[in-house]
Amino acid sequence: MALLEVRDLDVRFALRQGEVRALRNINFTLDRGERLGLVGESGAGKSVAAFSLLNLIAKPGYIAGGSIRFDGQELIGLGERRLRRIRGNRVSMIFQDPMMTLNPVLTIGEQMVECLKAHRRIASREARAIALHKLQQVQIPSPETRLDQYPHELSGGMRQRVIIAIALLLDPDIIIADEPTTALDVTIQAEIMTLLLELCEKHNVGLILITHDLGVVSQVTQRMLVMYAGRVIEAGPTREIINDPQHPYTQGLMNALPQMATPGSHLNQIRGSMPPLSQLPSGCAFHPRCDFVTRADGSERPACSRQVPDFVASGNCRVACHMVAEMLAQEAATEEDRP
Amino acid sequence: MTAQALSHTETPTEPRRQAARPSDQENAPLLEIRGLRKRFDLSGDFLEQLRFKGGRLVRHQEFVHAINGVDLSIRRGEALCVVGESGCGKSTVARTVMGLLSPSAGEIHYDGTRIDDLSPKALLPYRKRMQMIFQNPYASLNPRMTIQQTLEEPIRLHHPDWDRERVTAKVREVMASVGIDPEWGARFGHEFSGGQRQRIAIARALAVDPEFIVADEPISALDVSIQAQVLNLLMDAQQERHLTYLFITHDLAVVEHFGTRVAVMYLGTVCEVAPTRTLFATPRHPYTQALLSAIPRLEDDRPQPIRLTGEVPTPVNLPSGCVFHGRCPHAEARCRREVPRLVAQADGSQVACHGVEEGRL
Repeated sequence: MALLEVRDLDVRFALRQGEVRALRNINFTLDRGERLGLVGESGAGKSVAAFSLLNLIAKPGYIAGGSIRFDGQELIGLGERRLRRIRGNRVSMIFQDPMMTLNPVLTIGEQMVECLKAHRRIASREARAIALHKLQQVQIPSPETRLDQYPHELSGGMRQRVIIAIALLLDPDIIIADEPTTALDVTIQAEIMTLLLELCEKHNVGLILITHDLGVVSQVTQRMLVMYAGRVIEAGPTREIINDPQHPYTQGLMNALPQMATPGSHLNQIRGSMPPLSQLPSGCAFHPRCDFVTRADGSERPACSRQVPDFVASGNCRVACHMVAEMLAQEAATEEDRP
Repeated sequence: MTAQALSHTETPTEPRRQAARPSDQENAPLLEIRGLRKRFDLSGDFLEQLRFKGGRLVRHQEFVHAINGVDLSIRRGEALCVVGESGCGKSTVARTVMGLLSPSAGEIHYDGTRIDDLSPKALLPYRKRMQMIFQNPYASLNPRMTIQQTLEEPIRLHHPDWDRERVTAKVREVMASVGIDPEWGARFGHEFSGGQRQRIAIARALAVDPEFIVADEPISALDVSIQAQVLNLLMDAQQERHLTYLFITHDLAVVEHFGTRVAVMYLGTVCEVAPTRTLFATPRHPYTQALLSAIPRLEDDRPQPIRLTGEVPTPVNLPSGCVFHGRCPHAEARCRREVPRLVAQADGSQVACHGVEEGRL
């Protein structure tokens, strides 16, 4: 059985203008030690998905339905006290901005000891020793000095190392990392990502990596989900999706990258922009931007604007697209025609 | 090497006297930056600078050394990209070129005229020829002005003699040219998405038909699919209007696609300038090599960045010698002592590195 199993997750925000459905029908699993990427543009719902896993959705948002099973235990509807035993302890989070996560008036050591004491009966001296050990693991120069320093005394890259050390503090099963390197420079980003990857592998920690950067996902994760307007539209092994994306949106996203085009040539842009969740078009949410609404022979594919596409299996991937479904059905039909 | 000599090494095949001939005007640099320095005072006013030290009153001053001697030249029609990490001074270069900041030392020449010491009035005709696009379209558009007003403002300033019809026609023309419906002129900035706002900011820059555009991270605040739209727009505008770009970015994939030449900056100095293809094929400076190896590529399964030791020093206390020596795996005694100069290489690039100069790298 998978360590984490998310079924039909449905998250809504009750706003004055009416209810907005931020996530619909999110399904995925994560095995022990597996690394999963959640990819999408801003507003696709990837951060909401990560936050709702630990029921960190603030009002007016709420989880309207579905199931989140972690290690056999249902998390939806679980009391706050029981959730706290899992949060930070067995599932920890890394956020985008390290300065927001760290408490500015406590030293690094105090914050780490506080975190350990909240979850374990442990003497301060022992907690400090564990904290020091974790700081050594994230390769911070002179870790003893850092324990007594305040967050503002550290550089951005070092702060993010401290955050990773805190995330690893209680030997969690899963780390959820929400854009962990977006605020950092390229060379620092590469260092932090390599470090995170090595530590997850070494300690067999599962990773849910939320990012908009396809390059990072391709290097770090084994499986990925592509999100658009609150839904997963393509899911499967990272390599396969990167090498051969099936959904027109994933294709568009890949083709829009400058490294996919010959220098100086026109980039393949996706026209328009992602609709706000309160004004989703009917049918497939991507259809107003999609080039495949009309078939190759020029005829319309009416389902695109009328019906939300179901997932179809294409190789090891799942794709929610009428065009892909139609092509697969045609392929299957020609297979049958053959004797 | 002096700045004068530098500009020559870029076109080594051309003898000097030919540069004056009108047929070669295309090859003369449109913009030339010589020995540019910019420092920001951190220490406040005179009274705040006074400190007690050993029973005496001493004056204590501290500076951020944002740019420390930058020489660059931009030829007509090219797109020079300046890359580097945050705090390397790339935005300060852009702002100083535009006259938004005044340099602490050095000269800026535009089309043969020195412009950094001109009075605001004397600078006005140059401002029409140079325009700027900023990073954040949420901050760069005045929220209390309609799009029509935003786009009219630069036209009215630079063409006070134009009548209303002509101004309106020009506004409609630039709006259409960036893919914004000219009927939307009465709307405000907040009614548009980020990508559309950046198009409007580009329209504002194009409204006075400039020949030179400084773009400071124009696509960093946008989503991937929108980045492609805006980059395409900038490239189309360059072709149609024969624009010259100074393009500031930290995104190396964009540089590889967009730039004709690249200048890599580190801690306020240029460490390598090269034609884009040369730089990406054979990066020479150790910092450039580390920077390129850090780009997350789609092809490989595992990041293999060159690991730099230590952190970027602060521009308040600059290291002696080469600013990169503290993190450089090839640093020797000379690197700690002596500031390297940009030296022209056989492949057309310029590298500021003792190791490359001595042939040991």
